[in-house]
Amino acid sequence: MRAWAGLVVAAAFLAFPWILSGPFYERMGALVLLYALSASAWNLVGGYAGQISVGHAVFFGTGAYTALFVFNQWGLPPVTGIPLGILISILIAVVIGIPTFRLRGHYFAMATIAVAELIRILVANWPLVGAALGLGGPMVPRTWLDLSFRSPIPYYYMFVGVLALLLWITWQIERSRMGYYLRSIQGEERAARSLGVPVHRYKLYTYMLSASFTALAGALYVLMVGFIDPDSGFGILVSVEMIIMAALGGAGTLFGPLLGAIILVPLKETTNTLFGGAGTGITYVVYGGIIMLLARYRPRGLMGIWHDFAERRLQPRERDYRAA
Amino acid sequence: MGAVYALFSSGLTLIWGMMNVINFAHGDLVMIGMYIAFWTYVLLGGGPAVFGPLAAILLFMFGVLVYFALIRHVIDGPIISQILATFGLALLLRYAAFWAFSADFVTLPDTLLISGNIDIGGILIELPRLVAGVVALAVTVGMHLLLTRTTIGSQLLAVSEDRNAAMLMGIRPDRMQALAWGLAAAATGIAGALIATFYYISPTVGESLAIIAFVTVALGGFGSVPGAMIAGLLIGLIESVSAYAIGPVYKDVIVYSLFVAVLWVRPQGLFGRPE
Repeated sequence: MRAWAGLVVAAAFLAFPWILSGPFYERMGALVLLYALSASAWNLVGGYAGQISVGHAVFFGTGAYTALFVFNQWGLPPVTGIPLGILISILIAVVIGIPTFRLRGHYFAMATIAVAELIRILVANWPLVGAALGLGGPMVPRTWLDLSFRSPIPYYYMFVGVLALLLWITWQIERSRMGYYLRSIQGEERAARSLGVPVHRYKLYTYMLSASFTALAGALYVLMVGFIDPDSGFGILVSVEMIIMAALGGAGTLFGPLLGAIILVPLKETTNTLFGGAGTGITYVVYGGIIMLLARYRPRGLMGIWHDFAERRLQPRERDYRAA
Repeated sequence: MGAVYALFSSGLTLIWGMMNVINFAHGDLVMIGMYIAFWTYVLLGGGPAVFGPLAAILLFMFGVLVYFALIRHVIDGPIISQILATFGLALLLRYAAFWAFSADFVTLPDTLLISGNIDIGGILIELPRLVAGVVALAVTVGMHLLLTRTTIGSQLLAVSEDRNAAMLMGIRPDRMQALAWGLAAAATGIAGALIATFYYISPTVGESLAIIAFVTVALGGFGSVPGAMIAGLLIGLIESVSAYAIGPVYKDVIVYSLFVAVLWVRPQGLFGRPE
């Protein structure tokens, strides 16, 4: 059932550029995938393990900056910065994770915000990484390794591939022992620990994996956009967008973040084009309203609504089937 | 400055200590307090003696409203809905302020409260800051006394200790928790009005102030008003010293690093009880 759903979603995404073509839709499709990627990465630690990180921008920015840093400093293609970015992100995850995972959930949320702001200010005042102006990518592609294309299509398919990989890994985790561990941690950590679940270790593993993929998302972002500055890399809104997309779709569900991105990215792009510069403000007012309503009425997100519906509608039939 | 930090951090620590909820919209309540001060001055021409109490009253009502409309429904839910609820509120307030007041920085005239500098043993202190600090300390101490020395205070603490037992004693937990939100928001509002007399006002000012409040609360120990007071003074001091010694840009860096260091070394804070 899950595998079939996955194949259908994958097929729909592969076919999308043929159904709605033109640069506007292609760019939008690529952005949806990119946001879905970072939201799904957040979902690993925020949804499955239930540790709410409000500073995931740290990893996004690190991935983005290292990709452009190796280009600006040594003239290497930005792609070669990806492993370095992932490595640094994992290190940061360990530094934040080890002290805070011993404490209760709120500490982790606050520590992640503080570290994200700390690094944002440092980067914004560090001339080597462009200070407040940020870094730019190659203007003209030198070789194909620069992965600089004019059309959004190559990026689109690249993002489909990476997202598919991440969702596949998530699915495997869900089905494995680790998935049970994470669900038990999210449900009641103390009970999980008393049953012998290595709580700290698994939270840290999940955080490291999540950090790696967020860094990768950041690197892919600059490959397409070709530019990063402290706010678009490390800004608190970058983290917030990951959270709200995952939460709207359903935190802790496989396709939730993707669903959230499919709804919110077009909404954001539309308000931005409709209202221009003032649109950003309105977008975030709407975001804030959505998050509050979700928290108040539907903490499990849209996928939660679907699960309730499915349980009510499909359960009796399944039971009949088994009885027969 | 430190005393004002102490005041608005005590609001955050009150809510945390009472019901284990971190209010991510805290900095934005400060921002609202600052705008109340600004508009009272612009529209009515009132000084701090007018807008201080006004900010307290308006934010008290706002705090109670937020509790009944939002917090009451997520307080027993998973941690994610608590974080999302207050975070959503923060975004809503911050960007609604952008929309309503535009992103421009505004300031109140310097001479509003009292002007000039005072020389204490070779250290120059701006008088507005000094007066704001003294008022903030007085309010913080007042809040501490309210919590520890009055019936209402013991009722509040009873609810935070054991909701059901308090209910059996004839205390209404909902009312008490709404009161805690109101008090916390009012303290924050006064702090905002005080800061407004010497600090720039902008919709995003709450963001950095909120992080300072978190650092203060973490350093002082969650739920401890005296802890928040001492930590607030300490952070104000560290900030001014590092701004002077290393440069104003890096004062936030020092404060945030301090926060991470506290988490590593003494996660329960200087005055908190270990969990």
